[in-house]
Amino acid sequence: MSLTLEQVKRIAHLARIEVSDDEALTTQGHLNGIFQLIEQMQAVDTAGVEPMAHAQDLSQRLRDDAVTEADRRAAFQAVAPETEAGLYLVPKVIE
Amino acid sequence: MNQWEVVIGIETHAQLATVSKIFSGASTAFGAEPNTQACAVDLALPGVLPVLNRKAVECAIRFGLAIGAHVAPRSVFARKNYFYPDLPKGYQISQFELPVVQGGAITVQVGSGDKAYEKTITLTRAHLEEDAGKSLHEDFHGKSGIDLNRAGTPLLEIVTEPDMRSSDEAVAYARALHGLVRWIGICDGNMQEGSFRCDANVSVRRPGAPFGTRREIKNLNSFRFLKEAIDFEVQWQINEIEEGRAIQQATVLFDPDTGETRTMRTKEDAHDYRYFPDPDLLPLVISADWMERVRGELPELPGQKRERFMRDLGLSTYDAGTLTASQEIAAYFEATVAVAGQANAKPCANWVMVDLAARLNKEGKEIVESPVSAVQLGGLIQRIADNTISNNIAKKVFEALWNGEGATADEVIDKQGLKQITDTGAIEKLVDEVLAANAANVAEYKAGKEKAFNALVGQVMKAAKGKANPQQVNELLKAKLAG
Repeated sequence: MSLTLEQVKRIAHLARIEVSDDEALTTQGHLNGIFQLIEQMQAVDTAGVEPMAHAQDLSQRLRDDAVTEADRRAAFQAVAPETEAGLYLVPKVIE
Repeated sequence: MNQWEVVIGIETHAQLATVSKIFSGASTAFGAEPNTQACAVDLALPGVLPVLNRKAVECAIRFGLAIGAHVAPRSVFARKNYFYPDLPKGYQISQFELPVVQGGAITVQVGSGDKAYEKTITLTRAHLEEDAGKSLHEDFHGKSGIDLNRAGTPLLEIVTEPDMRSSDEAVAYARALHGLVRWIGICDGNMQEGSFRCDANVSVRRPGAPFGTRREIKNLNSFRFLKEAIDFEVQWQINEIEEGRAIQQATVLFDPDTGETRTMRTKEDAHDYRYFPDPDLLPLVISADWMERVRGELPELPGQKRERFMRDLGLSTYDAGTLTASQEIAAYFEATVAVAGQANAKPCANWVMVDLAARLNKEGKEIVESPVSAVQLGGLIQRIADNTISNNIAKKVFEALWNGEGATADEVIDKQGLKQITDTGAIEKLVDEVLAANAANVAEYKAGKEKAFNALVGQVMKAAKGKANPQQVNELLKAKLAG
């Protein structure tokens, strides 16, 4: 399997990464290299092996339901580009 | 005739009743000042990691067990990728291929009275996920304001199969689900605050034909809007098809002011979420021990209670269904029966479902706010059962209790002299007086006019100020008139 240039541009758009035509070509090469690696791995017979969801064979640690975080809005908003009335301001978005 | 069949599936987001968020220790309390409950994890600051809330998982287990679903011993969190300012990470942590709850079913009662019927709605899945923040589009100098207090709030997304065939069935399901999540204590069900919101997938088809193309109505936060939105959407789709236009798959919004749905986005610009397992979270493992412990802590479920009401109290399917619509109604009814006695279960059911419900409805009150307590109502029903008062007088006593004119039915009956006259001699005297004073009615009755009899009964009851035992009055009148 390999990616077309169109697919590379679509993935870049979905990830909100701006790529020039030259960069798209280079990236296509890189990604297709990864696909070759995947193809090699897919040649291995994994029948009867349960797929892992994580590289480590461990299970999720859980925490108790308790409020442990205090309000640190002032500190967080001190480093935000723009705030008003306690809100973070961003360029207008209406779907 | 309308030869279109409506097909509806529902997705519900139920906010889980935790005090802290699903992956962070920030508070989930509603109504705080903007961003005062958004911690570093919720803001997706660099270097933070999610740690799963045990209570949120336990809520999912409770739900799975309550609907007879498979609770997955191992489930996986996935990233759902999209960009929006109220989603700081650029992805929502959700579950995709391996959700925590798989399958299950909810039996609902549709309609009321003679037309009521039961239907079992099959569930596809329920999965854990985090909520996004809120975007405020009012004017901030041409910018949008972002409040991330809600970001990271735990949700259970509950998905049905396309099993519903009318807006009434959809509403019956949504109400039953709403009742259930509150019943098992996993969600406060507050629809105004967005704790319980529904998306409806709607399509139409010719009966027997394959499913039509569906449109999804997003974020319906009341049962009335759910019904109105579906009814409008169904009619719109039928008109489109009958005028020769094909339905395009789309996401739509319902505008309560106009009662119409309008397109938000079509399939072409639908999101491509590129789900993949979240490397920040290990698989969620639920042991058999944990599951059994949660099973042991579950209250008697609505379905079980319903069966018991029918089996032990002899109630009809409809009555039992209505009285188990919420835990509050069921608790009130059971407390009433506890006082009035099991033999009076049917009158208890009628009083709770009819008289009390109507009075509460009139004042816009919930059953937990009822001025007449279950113990008071039970005491009142006892006095009807032992013939101290008639049903008509009972309504008076109920009204008096409602207005706080006495602490118990007995006190009201005593104070207002409402005790029923059951002394045959006393009633006979009244009957004789009425017969003597209403010769015309007597003659009419003897000439075959049945209605005249009712007039005579009315006269006796009037003379007795409504307190004579109606059955005795009837019997005595009949005997005298026949004699």
